[in-house]
Amino acid sequence: MGDILGLIGKRLGLGVFILFVISIIIFFMVELLPGDIAQAVLGQGATEENLAALRKQMGLDQPALVRYGEWLAGAVTLDFGSSIVTGERVTTVIGERFMNTLFLAAYAAVIAVPVAIILGVIVALLRNSIFDRVANVVTLSFISSPEFFLGYILILFFAVKWQMFPAISSLSEGMSLGELLIRTFLPALTLVLVVMAHMMRMTRAAIINLLASPYIEMAKLKGAPPWKVIVKHALPNAWAPIINVVALNLAYLITGVVLVEVVFVYPGIGQALVDAVSKRDFPIVQACCLIFAATFILLNLAADVGAILTNPRLRHPK
Amino acid sequence: MTKRKEVLLEIKDLEIQGYSDETWVDIIKGVDLTLHRGEVLGLIGESGAGKSTIGAAAMGYARDGTRISNGSIEFDGMELTTASESEKRALRGHRIAYVAQSAAASFNPSHKLIDQYSEAPLQYRLKKRIEAQEDAMELYEKLRLPNPQEIGFRYPHQVSGGQLQRAMTAMAMSCKPDLIIFDEPTTALDVTTQIEVLAAIRDIVDEYNTAAIYITHDLAVVAQMADTIKVLLKGEEVEEATTKEMLDNPKEDYTKSLWAVRSFKRDQKERPKNATPLISVQGVDASYTGGAKVLDNVSFDVYEGMTVAVVGESGSGKSTTARVITGLLPPSKGEVLFKGEPFPPDYRNRTKDQLRQCQMIYQMADTALNPKVKIREIIGRPAQFYSGLSGAALKNRVDELLDLIELEPSQYYNRYPSELSGGQKQRIGIARALAAEPTFIVCDEVTSALDQLVAEGILRLLDRLQKELNLAYMFITHDLATVRSIADEVVVMQHGKVVEQGPKTEMFTPPHHPYTDLLLSSVPEMDPEWLTTLLEERGVDNVGDAATAQIDPNDPKIAG
Repeated sequence: MGDILGLIGKRLGLGVFILFVISIIIFFMVELLPGDIAQAVLGQGATEENLAALRKQMGLDQPALVRYGEWLAGAVTLDFGSSIVTGERVTTVIGERFMNTLFLAAYAAVIAVPVAIILGVIVALLRNSIFDRVANVVTLSFISSPEFFLGYILILFFAVKWQMFPAISSLSEGMSLGELLIRTFLPALTLVLVVMAHMMRMTRAAIINLLASPYIEMAKLKGAPPWKVIVKHALPNAWAPIINVVALNLAYLITGVVLVEVVFVYPGIGQALVDAVSKRDFPIVQACCLIFAATFILLNLAADVGAILTNPRLRHPK
Repeated sequence: MTKRKEVLLEIKDLEIQGYSDETWVDIIKGVDLTLHRGEVLGLIGESGAGKSTIGAAAMGYARDGTRISNGSIEFDGMELTTASESEKRALRGHRIAYVAQSAAASFNPSHKLIDQYSEAPLQYRLKKRIEAQEDAMELYEKLRLPNPQEIGFRYPHQVSGGQLQRAMTAMAMSCKPDLIIFDEPTTALDVTTQIEVLAAIRDIVDEYNTAAIYITHDLAVVAQMADTIKVLLKGEEVEEATTKEMLDNPKEDYTKSLWAVRSFKRDQKERPKNATPLISVQGVDASYTGGAKVLDNVSFDVYEGMTVAVVGESGSGKSTTARVITGLLPPSKGEVLFKGEPFPPDYRNRTKDQLRQCQMIYQMADTALNPKVKIREIIGRPAQFYSGLSGAALKNRVDELLDLIELEPSQYYNRYPSELSGGQKQRIGIARALAAEPTFIVCDEVTSALDQLVAEGILRLLDRLQKELNLAYMFITHDLATVRSIADEVVVMQHGKVVEQGPKTEMFTPPHHPYTDLLLSSVPEMDPEWLTTLLEERGVDNVGDAATAQIDPNDPKIAG
């Protein structure tokens, strides 16, 4: 196990380095955007004196490198400065929204991951049957239609026609968990449908890929029934690719949900990012980008560790 | 050993088809087979003879892409060709068990050995888990596995190949079946390990009066194991007789040719006097990144136009030595001299002319040839790279090379590797090495993946090329019969060290280094009593690993 801890440490270190590189890219990309922030904040009518005063107040008169240093020093302590539009702390603006996004992602993941893997095992077992083909076509059509379209279809049926779930996921203080789950059901379902196909098909492919192995033939010749051959003999050796695809989809659930949030008016981080970009609220844009990057890095790290933990050769060295 | 003459398995007029090129072709063309309880039948033939297919069919099992198209398979009164899938499944692992060729690939890497042992008994509700595990330990002990109480709780990758093969035999025994199919169970093992497995299989089959079908291409092995032998050729039976009869008095020409395979011998050459060796390996140590030493002070010379055979078990450092000579693995100590001049240790620092001198031919011609590239390009590329040929000159050179390896140029020029047989692929591998016009070729187990007749053809070709082109070979092999036929000098390696070296005749006459002795005495002979006699001489507890371990590194004989 010591090896694995060492490996995690190494990968975390590498992750921190990548985050550092990304922070440079994010900061200077935003620098490169045309236009003057002070001008944008004060509007066309501002006088030169006012503009200069504001630039000084925001530190815009300092060289870029100095400002980057200050920003980075703040980011390390999770202080991303203040919004230049409202003056609020960035952490207060996006903190709560990020928790909302995490909640929605977790909600969708808790449904999507087990269902996708179980379905994947079933279609691998019944490969080339009608069930396999139907499951394939259905999940593929979900993944190929745009999310907002899926969202509106779900609203049409579940909210408008059958009135089972609310169309708008408005959250309020002190809601019970049950209430929360009902209100956010439709956006979660949309996300589930979007990420399922990928994971299910990878589970199927990873299992079928192993069916030609000698140990699978051995299991058959030992009299193991087909479901046992798949679940007990193929699946334990198929985890590595499945885990990687799951991690990628989880990352997508956190970073790629803007459209779904817009459709269901869900107060998540995606909306905050879109708002901030349109208002040139750079501290918020930078913070969001950094959070997304960190999400990807952490989930990929988790996938690598997961792949190691499911590989007996690495878990039990000679 | 009394055997009841009760028929256990009767196969009549069996026909099996395989699907290839969008049509069904016959691969087994009407084979009959009768097996009595407690009897061991040896099935032999070259690859493609259909041995394994018949073995699987005896379990009512047709591999993917094959189907049983005609005939009957009757196991203990039950017709398997018409039985339902679940009826057949109920036999497998329970009354008929299977031991596969590569235990390393046939054990599931994700489960402990003992759990894989217990799977069938638990499935058929014959035993409780604890009882099955106790059984397993008892069998592991009978099969002389080290630490029988503990070894089952390891994962397959934590156990050596020979031990895995015995664990697999134990697994096949888990439900005390009536019949076991052994599908080339020792082909992938070293000779010293092979003995352990053979002895273990024979004991256990005797003890439980289990019937067995023993599939192999190695005649000497089958002679030790089988009561009767059936010879197959391209899906048809050639002949069947008791083992003794078959060895002493084979009737068919094909069988006789199999028996005569190891007839190829050539004269042993002497080292030229006062000459500089072509390749001289001097005091080489090497290890893979961060690992332990794989080579320890290895030194030997190869003279122009001579063949040096490097023998030893897997893991003894033979292939690593080749990697050092070719510059793929720079040594951590020592050096390689070419005609007395030091060879740069890393191939990247060698000149084109130095690179061309040293070529390789690989064991697996299948994987060593790019499947997407035509033969003319596979051979043409080195000719172009080293000799700068192009256009008509290049085509002529490729034709010339194809002629050299006895393949008709016009027929093979535009084909892909997948369209060739194993032996033809190996010839292409040879032509590719020759294209560089080398003086020294490393042949890494070039015949061990081939059938005996084909392997013999390759050896004859290599010998002819050596005479015509004055080539030196470093011939890596674990097969001592090959050494006998082609080598001038022999280097014996063990644990990364050279334990003995010298001219072939000396190596094959006693006194030997104890390890050489062990290797030599472990090669199966055609005598059906060979294994019995050997086990009596060595004692049952002193075979394979155990015997290797007993060699004292400070033995005075080693000095010679």
